[in-house]
Amino acid sequence: MKHWMKKLIVSGALLLSFGAASLAPTSMAFAEDKAAPAVSAPAAAPAAAAATEPAAAPVPNKGDTAWLLVCTALVIMMSVPALALFYGGLVRKKNMLSVLMQCLVVFSLIMVLWAVYGYSIAFTEGNAFFGGFDRLFLMGMTPDSVAATFSKGVVVPELAYMVFQAAFAAITVCLIVGAFVERMKFSAVLLFAVLWFTFSYLPMAHMVWFWSGPDAFTDAAAAEKALATAGWLFQKGALDFAGGTVVHINAAIAGLVGAYVVGKRVGYGKEPFKPHSLTLTMVGASLLWVGWFGFNAGSALEANGSAALAFANTLMATAAAVLSWIFAEWALKGKPSMLGGASGAVAGLVAITPAAGYVGVMGSLIIGLIAGALCLWGVTGLKKMLKADDSLDVFGVHGVGGITGALLTGVFAAPSLGGTGIYDYVANAVAPEYDMMGQVIIQATAVVTTLVWSGVVAYISYKLVDMLVGLRVSEEEEREGLDISSHGETAYEM
Amino acid sequence: MKLIIAIIKPFKLDEVREALAGVGVSGITVTEVKGFGRQKGHTELYRGAEYVVDFLPKVRVDAVVSDDLVDRAIEVIETAARTGKIGDGKIFVTPVEQVVRIRTGETGAAAL
Repeated sequence: MKHWMKKLIVSGALLLSFGAASLAPTSMAFAEDKAAPAVSAPAAAPAAAAATEPAAAPVPNKGDTAWLLVCTALVIMMSVPALALFYGGLVRKKNMLSVLMQCLVVFSLIMVLWAVYGYSIAFTEGNAFFGGFDRLFLMGMTPDSVAATFSKGVVVPELAYMVFQAAFAAITVCLIVGAFVERMKFSAVLLFAVLWFTFSYLPMAHMVWFWSGPDAFTDAAAAEKALATAGWLFQKGALDFAGGTVVHINAAIAGLVGAYVVGKRVGYGKEPFKPHSLTLTMVGASLLWVGWFGFNAGSALEANGSAALAFANTLMATAAAVLSWIFAEWALKGKPSMLGGASGAVAGLVAITPAAGYVGVMGSLIIGLIAGALCLWGVTGLKKMLKADDSLDVFGVHGVGGITGALLTGVFAAPSLGGTGIYDYVANAVAPEYDMMGQVIIQATAVVTTLVWSGVVAYISYKLVDMLVGLRVSEEEEREGLDISSHGETAYEM
Repeated sequence: MKLIIAIIKPFKLDEVREALAGVGVSGITVTEVKGFGRQKGHTELYRGAEYVVDFLPKVRVDAVVSDDLVDRAIEVIETAARTGKIGDGKIFVTPVEQVVRIRTGETGAAAL
């Protein structure tokens, strides 16, 4: 016990020294002086605007703030209990508590790390891959601090933005757990979570989502300057509304690598590994669906039409994916299953995530239909090809669904297909041209970047954890079940 | 006295209980069991994983009855539990040496 705690502390120190070496201090991204560029812009503005008094610093709208906080709570519900139940129902009875426990504790761990350094590294200005240390320990963040949204002159409390993003970070790491359930040491799960969160989640979130906000995009030159401070994939123009790359592909490949490195469960392929409660899995999947409205519609950051579009798409794509999964299953395997329906829902939710605020509702139906059937292949045909014991199909559902969604976002964001197109903050209008092929290539770049970055970080992290504390419990402990052997409890007393 | 052990389809339990009560059997013990016989198992499919389930759920009814009731009891169980399809179950009968009612200490047929 003491032994691995000490190792945790040592690796913590390692992390800090890494950060200090690689990142120079920079200015705050979400400082209260957001209004400054707007004030210095009148050269390009009509004379009437120049004659008026300088605009006051924007204050958060109460509706936006309320919406974002409600969405944050919904996304938190997705980790505990939704994902915990969804995953928990799929394992054998003797490992139920270990799954619930891993979700709960990983969630809590990421929350703490988020406040200490996570938010700062993901969402302050640094280089194109890592943010800076301006918000280390949330330094300087007060109830009056504001964060940018996707509308000029509209801000939300930075604290609300910080907790919203914290919930995303936590569920992403929780998702990975599904790939190595029923055999990994609890200490190894926690140590891996710290490493992977730090070196994959944070940079991916920074690369895809960090920008200084729309207010600086006053003219072409200012826009270029502002864009240069954004994350690498943001600069490339990758569209990821709510986390297809950052959350799902990121977690999925880390899970798959884990399934290979940690190895198969004892008895895999010989003994039956039947889910112990598809009822709980259904409860979890349903709660995930509800929580996902916060995830996707909340990613608009404002209570507006974009949020409503994301909400509608999250509803429709998911419903379409449930149908396509179970009908495909019905046709190919003979029976439509409850687990198929629940898995189809998650597949649809995953696939619509990057597209939620960019595609039209008909586009979302098509994305859902494609994702449902493709993810069924992900957990059957592809799974056989991969030959890994990705126990709860993290890659089959989140990887396949995430990649499908990320690529199709490039297709269905096209205004000609009912999408929103790409908003040009300099012209303050949707760009008239939409290059579908070009956008799909950008989307593919983001997908490949995520697969490679997260895959490499995950591999190194697992190997490091293996050296430090060991990845697996003993065979005897595994047979007994992690509930008793790792936690000293049993889930059901009958 | 005889012990009648009947392995029946779970959904037939209520009918069997009523039939036994109807002929004067004063108590039964019921257990949920699993097993196999001529009825084949089934396959279960969870995403890509297919499992053959060999053991099917059945209900086991234990009833101890006096000698004069045995034939009648067997007959009503047979009638009540029969669907005519494979998997209806079996009835076993074995002698019982002694019965004791714990509360009063009565023994033999009086304890039934």
